[in-house]
Amino acid sequence: MLSHDVLIVGGGLAGLRAAVGLCDKYDVGLISKVYPIRSHSIAAQGGINAALANNPNAKDDTWEKHAFDTVKGSDYLADQDAAELMCQEAIKIVYEMEHWGCPFSRFPDGTIAQRPFGGAGYPRTCYSTDLTGHVLLNTLYERTVFKGVKVYPEWFVIALVNDGGQCHGVIAFDLQKGEIIPVRAKATLFATGGYGRVYFYSTNALINTGSGIGIAYKAGVPIKDMEFVQFHPTGLIGTNILMTEACRGEGGYLTNKDGERFMKRYVPNAMELAPRDIVSRSIQTEIDEGRGLEHPLGKYINLDLRHLGAEKILAKLPGIRHICLDFIGIDPILEPIPIMPCQHYSMGGIDTNEKCATDVKGFYAAGECACVSVHGANRLGGNSLLETIVFGKLASLAVDEYLQNGGAKQDERLLISKKEEMEKKIHTLVHEGNEKPYTILTDLRKTMSSLVGIFRKKEELGQALKNIGEIKERYKHVHVSSPKLHMNYELLNAIELEYMLEVAHIIALGAYLREESRGAHFRRDFSTRNDADWLKHTIAKMGPDGEPAISSKKVIITKYQPMERKY
Amino acid sequence: MITENYYTFKILRYDAKEPDVAPNFTSYRIKVVSGLTVLMALLRIQEEIDGTLSFRSSCRSAVCGSCAMVINGKIDLACRTQVATFGSNTIVLEPLPNFEIIKDLVVDMTPFWNMYEKIRPYLIRTSPDPDKEIQQSEEERSRIDQVVNCILCACCYGACPVLARDPEYAGPAAIAKLERFVLDSRDERPASALDEVNDEKGVWGCDTILRCIDACPKDVRPTDSVVSLRKKLIKHKLFGKGIK
Repeated sequence: MLSHDVLIVGGGLAGLRAAVGLCDKYDVGLISKVYPIRSHSIAAQGGINAALANNPNAKDDTWEKHAFDTVKGSDYLADQDAAELMCQEAIKIVYEMEHWGCPFSRFPDGTIAQRPFGGAGYPRTCYSTDLTGHVLLNTLYERTVFKGVKVYPEWFVIALVNDGGQCHGVIAFDLQKGEIIPVRAKATLFATGGYGRVYFYSTNALINTGSGIGIAYKAGVPIKDMEFVQFHPTGLIGTNILMTEACRGEGGYLTNKDGERFMKRYVPNAMELAPRDIVSRSIQTEIDEGRGLEHPLGKYINLDLRHLGAEKILAKLPGIRHICLDFIGIDPILEPIPIMPCQHYSMGGIDTNEKCATDVKGFYAAGECACVSVHGANRLGGNSLLETIVFGKLASLAVDEYLQNGGAKQDERLLISKKEEMEKKIHTLVHEGNEKPYTILTDLRKTMSSLVGIFRKKEELGQALKNIGEIKERYKHVHVSSPKLHMNYELLNAIELEYMLEVAHIIALGAYLREESRGAHFRRDFSTRNDADWLKHTIAKMGPDGEPAISSKKVIITKYQPMERKY
Repeated sequence: MITENYYTFKILRYDAKEPDVAPNFTSYRIKVVSGLTVLMALLRIQEEIDGTLSFRSSCRSAVCGSCAMVINGKIDLACRTQVATFGSNTIVLEPLPNFEIIKDLVVDMTPFWNMYEKIRPYLIRTSPDPDKEIQQSEEERSRIDQVVNCILCACCYGACPVLARDPEYAGPAAIAKLERFVLDSRDERPASALDEVNDEKGVWGCDTILRCIDACPKDVRPTDSVVSLRKKLIKHKLFGKGIK
């Protein structure tokens, strides 16, 4: 049995920042499904928000204004104490990342450059061209190399060991060796990322299965606000690769088949820089009402950068140009980019407080897999990179405090018995059944994209729940081709699939039950926000029967009273 | 119109856990649309035909560096290579050279990471940090544009003829990473930091035949870094100049 003081699961920004914060004082182990540098944080493009007030047009920006924009963007579902904390910390962590070597783009005066982003009152998004996630993840990974953090690359967690009130560690799977290994830890932190791949159309990396959320849920940890799914307005058609919001921040237009900048009919003041939920609905409406364009890969809207000119595109959006050339054979200097809204971000996740603590003693969560909640019903662009690093840091402080106060004793017998249970499960997967994991997964993804998408209604959500129930039945007959456990990606997929089914289930159930429209959750049959009945978080917890039990939790309001969200 | 064509993928199969079974090619025939990438084709083969096939992937958008391999003799990322690129309906896939195979297209990257860690790939400063950002001009920032783009995919490592004969050579990616920090106006590592690469295992080992530049999917041009660090070393060792 492997043992660490602190076990961190996930090698993206949140996990690495937590590791850096704890490794000087504790024996830290970091498990990552891929080499940390391959984590999905690397793909973030546009930037990270912090009220540095560097932009000449933002000299009076403050963290309070950032907090207000965040809360308003969340459609008032964010916990305001947590949002305030994040925006205060933002300034510190951006400078910290800079001091650790992050190569931010610069203004002429030598300060960190900041650009406008959707839903923000000021240009406060710090960036490094359109490769901000790439430079931040490299910088933090470099920091873990400097600190000598113990990393277990290509290890995968397959179960969390929780006795109901306390976490004892995890059961891990070493993909290269094909071994199942119990890991005892005084504190366990999940920083496992989002669930984009439960959707058919998603900007997310292939590794973003959301299994961390599903693992926590199956271990009895409460999960929050799963019905709030962000659809990014601009995913490339076909591959659905993200076209950063910075395309619009730098001045790009959205146009329909008539060449019209249609956002003027939806949000004339903010135009293309309205928050993502609103822009995605506007684009989808244009397509649904026949004003989209046709391509063999699907209907689309144009993201037009041509008027920005070659020089600006090459200087500010070089990564976007590269992706367009590589993946659709289009040079955005010469042609508009064909885009459609795609699943992009998981606002919901493992229910934590502002210290990243969950209901279970010794178990913490941070980053996209967690729901503090700072994003509420809709996340602003530039706030996700921010959340990962801020809450990675805060998690490290909270874990330190917990361990200093003694923590709790781990029971190895629980880890051993869970390991045996997982061995049996894997044995069944490789020896029985007849359904390929991917056929089940494809059906799940299609259900989620067609029935739990941008526009929702009761009948469709009911149908989605019915489909998911049937797909769960089929999962009982899933079969993996090879009994060899090492480098068996099909086995990995089959194990994750079970957790993805649970994640999809509680997304659809939350959406079915929430009879209002708020942020990214839009119900055609309840098209307005209803604070009287629904200004509350949805909590899903797996009951003893394996079915979700739903309850609610109060939204924390400090000084921003809910009002109509207008841009 | 999107057209569909049959393609044959010949994929090298090998399992280091079964060394008695020699590496061999397995052929898979699938119908794909012409714009499809090699990575998407591999995923379809794994999902629909042969679940035992092993390869790495993550972002599928040429930013994470997982899926470097040899595609019809050329080293590249599978995710950014379209199946229609080759004017042939047969595509041969092999693992990245200069590494031990773990299974099929998955190689053991340990030597690559060891070299990366050896050059101390992090900002080194002796001055105290300011309250705000360390000032850096736009021009100073732009000096590292090219080397910052490295995604550590190891295409260059696989393409390097020096590594093929000397596994102790630092390799293109590690040298480019070292230059990324040496060039950074904020970095204050001493000139002695270049001693690590001042020999045949370092910058003087390079054949300068530019295979790494050819293989790099991100235009990092590691040979430029080799040449630049050689110049800095000469100026420093012979003329006592700093390395900045």
